[in-house]
Amino acid sequence: MSITFPQKATGSPVAAQLVARIALRAEAVLIPVGALLAGFVAFSLFLLFLGKSPVEFFALVWKGGFSSAFSWQNTLSRVAPLVLAALCVALPARLGLVVIGGEGAIVLGGLAAAVTGTLVVGLPSAMGMVLMAVAAMCLGGLWIGAIGALRIKRGVNETIASLLMAYIAIALLNHFVEGPFRDPASLNKPSTAPIETALQVGDMPFVAAHWGVLAGIVACLLCWVLIERTTIGFAARIAGDNVRAAQIQGLPVSKLVIGFTALGGACAGLGGYFEVAAVHGSANASLIAGYGYTGILVAFLARHNPLVIIPVAVLLAGFEASGGLIQRRMDLPDATVLVFEGMVFIIILLSEALYGRLRIFNPGLRGAS
Amino acid sequence: MIHTCENGAISVQTLHTTMRFGAFTALDDVSIDIPAGTFHALLGENGAGKSTLVKCMMGFYNATSGELLVKGREARMTDPKVAQKLGLGMVYQHFTLVPSLTGAENLVISRADTPGLIDWRRETRALDAFMTKMPFHVPLDQPVSRLAAGEKQKLEIIKQLYLGNRFLILDEPTSVLTPAEADEVLGHVRALTQAGEITVLMITHKFREVSAFADDVSILRRGKYVGGGSVADMSIEDMSRAMMGEAPVISTRSRRDTVKQPLLTMNGIKARDRTGLKPIEIDDVTLHSGEILGIAGISGNGQMELMEILTGQRRMEQGDIRVNGAQYGATRAEARAHAIRYLPEEPLRNACAPRMSVAENIAFRMFDAGKDGKTAFWNDSGAIARNAATLIKAFNVKTSSPAARIASLSGGNVQRAVLGRELTGDVKALIVSNPCFGLDFAAVSSIRDRLVEARNQGTAILLISEDLDEIMELSDRILVMSEGRIAYETPIATANVEQIGQYMAGHH
Repeated sequence: MSITFPQKATGSPVAAQLVARIALRAEAVLIPVGALLAGFVAFSLFLLFLGKSPVEFFALVWKGGFSSAFSWQNTLSRVAPLVLAALCVALPARLGLVVIGGEGAIVLGGLAAAVTGTLVVGLPSAMGMVLMAVAAMCLGGLWIGAIGALRIKRGVNETIASLLMAYIAIALLNHFVEGPFRDPASLNKPSTAPIETALQVGDMPFVAAHWGVLAGIVACLLCWVLIERTTIGFAARIAGDNVRAAQIQGLPVSKLVIGFTALGGACAGLGGYFEVAAVHGSANASLIAGYGYTGILVAFLARHNPLVIIPVAVLLAGFEASGGLIQRRMDLPDATVLVFEGMVFIIILLSEALYGRLRIFNPGLRGAS
Repeated sequence: MIHTCENGAISVQTLHTTMRFGAFTALDDVSIDIPAGTFHALLGENGAGKSTLVKCMMGFYNATSGELLVKGREARMTDPKVAQKLGLGMVYQHFTLVPSLTGAENLVISRADTPGLIDWRRETRALDAFMTKMPFHVPLDQPVSRLAAGEKQKLEIIKQLYLGNRFLILDEPTSVLTPAEADEVLGHVRALTQAGEITVLMITHKFREVSAFADDVSILRRGKYVGGGSVADMSIEDMSRAMMGEAPVISTRSRRDTVKQPLLTMNGIKARDRTGLKPIEIDDVTLHSGEILGIAGISGNGQMELMEILTGQRRMEQGDIRVNGAQYGATRAEARAHAIRYLPEEPLRNACAPRMSVAENIAFRMFDAGKDGKTAFWNDSGAIARNAATLIKAFNVKTSSPAARIASLSGGNVQRAVLGRELTGDVKALIVSNPCFGLDFAAVSSIRDRLVEARNQGTAILLISEDLDEIMELSDRILVMSEGRIAYETPIATANVEQIGQYMAGHH
């Protein structure tokens, strides 16, 4: 038996609609922002416990990440892989899948790009670059798409599968880089042969960042359009919220799951491509930089909204960029930023429980049932 | 300090109990006297306040005002533990036994003082001694999952007696039982009350059970006590009038003669049931246009699986479903081409995306319908909004806004929203499962009206329901499902409740 409350008298239906819409929007913004602030506070307490000044820490983050052209360059160079790795989490999340193995797709995407780079010598450079990017996206897409397929066809938990497959991907990278594809000239750090200068991705005009940042932003825009403005995205949201409802509607749930995971993997693979073509120049262990894992935090902070991923990625890239400065100035280990990220992540996960529970954001909330 | 009376029934009285939730009054000055050793029925529609009242008695709610007397002395039910201490126990509508444990294990672990290390030999001896005093028996050495529903219900009652409770609240105890099982269980309960062992307060909405078993009855409507007394002095008409109010909502459903043509056929279907152990076999069922084909059966006899087969959620090992002669696999394209719609039970859980808005939820059928029957690529938010506005009005969905999450709506409004979505346009067939489960009287009536109306328009309706009254009221033809098969078929004209009940229970 349920107890229904009489509807509160609200002026006109239009006003009520507006109130409900604003309340829902406010919920989607204020809860993650609040969680982020709570993460700041928790981390500040941790610093105080260590006898360090939180004020100094955040001042250094500002200095190292955002204060000068040099620090912005440092930050922006991290934005491209972070944004693309975050999409690898956000797209499957729309279907209710928690994929945390974007690192694997980045690493393999980078490897595919570097190997393709050695094969396209002689082709026009534009075509070569496109082929490298396509190869990276295909391998990344296959890798994460396979996780989606395992989930839908065999019921394998995608979170664990993606994590374990990331380790396999890293092992594969190491194997190929130290074995079949090793450039004999790379002595201290086994790498593939460096790609030709003509195939390298340069910096954008006026901005101290490579074209990958723009590619990441465009990818976010396209993904947002896909999710919010197309019927495919609508179907994916139904399936992500309630798979039984989607099945009863006859929606192609398997195709959606495999498609969205593959697309996410393709994004991460593209991130790997830019790491090779714009940053490292060849595939080597530097690809294993943890962007895939930070991308998880970015996506969760952004509530899996591709548009919000962009600013959140910039923020976290700034934190990561200032890691070195913090290490030198505050005598804190490099991993301090990871502690910060971990704390924010735990609080973000806890805050998930608040959605739909707070009455200020849910005017129609039932009091008891 | 009042001590639990180990032997003998206890009396309970509520005096002027009022319960408010904010501005809403769920119970308004309700006084009910239940003398020791009586069988008292609590009647009322959904939402009448029955559950609120018993929750106040059990200490789950603190009444806003009023008193509760147990054995004539005031008791302050601040906590469910207090109720337990005073000997008040509740048997819930759904079983609360652990299915994988035996009856004995369930009983022992339910005790508050179960030791960390259980001496099973001693416990078994104690249980055997206890069971000899019981008027009915349940095998205690078998896992509860192997017991029939009636036995589980008996075990629930035995559990309360084992815990020393002498005032039992039974919340619709027969909703999951066959009529024969229900009569048996209630017969035992009645015998226990007559022997002065226990006092019983039974929540129900079945008049038959009230007149057959109860001594007294209290009727609630909209939170108020509206009538009651000795069952012997009251006719079913009296009770029903009190329960429904002065102006009962009488169904004005008229059934038009319709052209009945075969639409959907199921042939030689074999599939596994939910547990994967038992087969589901549907040999030959044909659904015609303009008819309501009711599928009766007790929960768990394969109806859920049948629904899943029809919606394409469960794989068939053999057989086929044909619509207008063509193979049907329940894909979106096929469902759209043949205009087949579904209304699964508990729509919020099975047919809605709870975190999406009302408007989006009612757009599930149309959001990708482009021109010329093609699938559209771009969302048309204008069309979604217009669709929402039309359907919310046409199906009288009460929501604060089309943008509100559908999960914030009451059950009846969710059901109407989903029904609106599924009944829009030229619907050839509607496959429905327990459409009125858990809804209040007015919502039930309006939803049944819609179903009959659709039938009159020529829609073929397959109505899978565990509510036999609903099947009898709506169907043109009735099939009975038992043990995963169709056990019996009859047109409504020759339908006989007793016979159907026997087939439901698998007695044939």
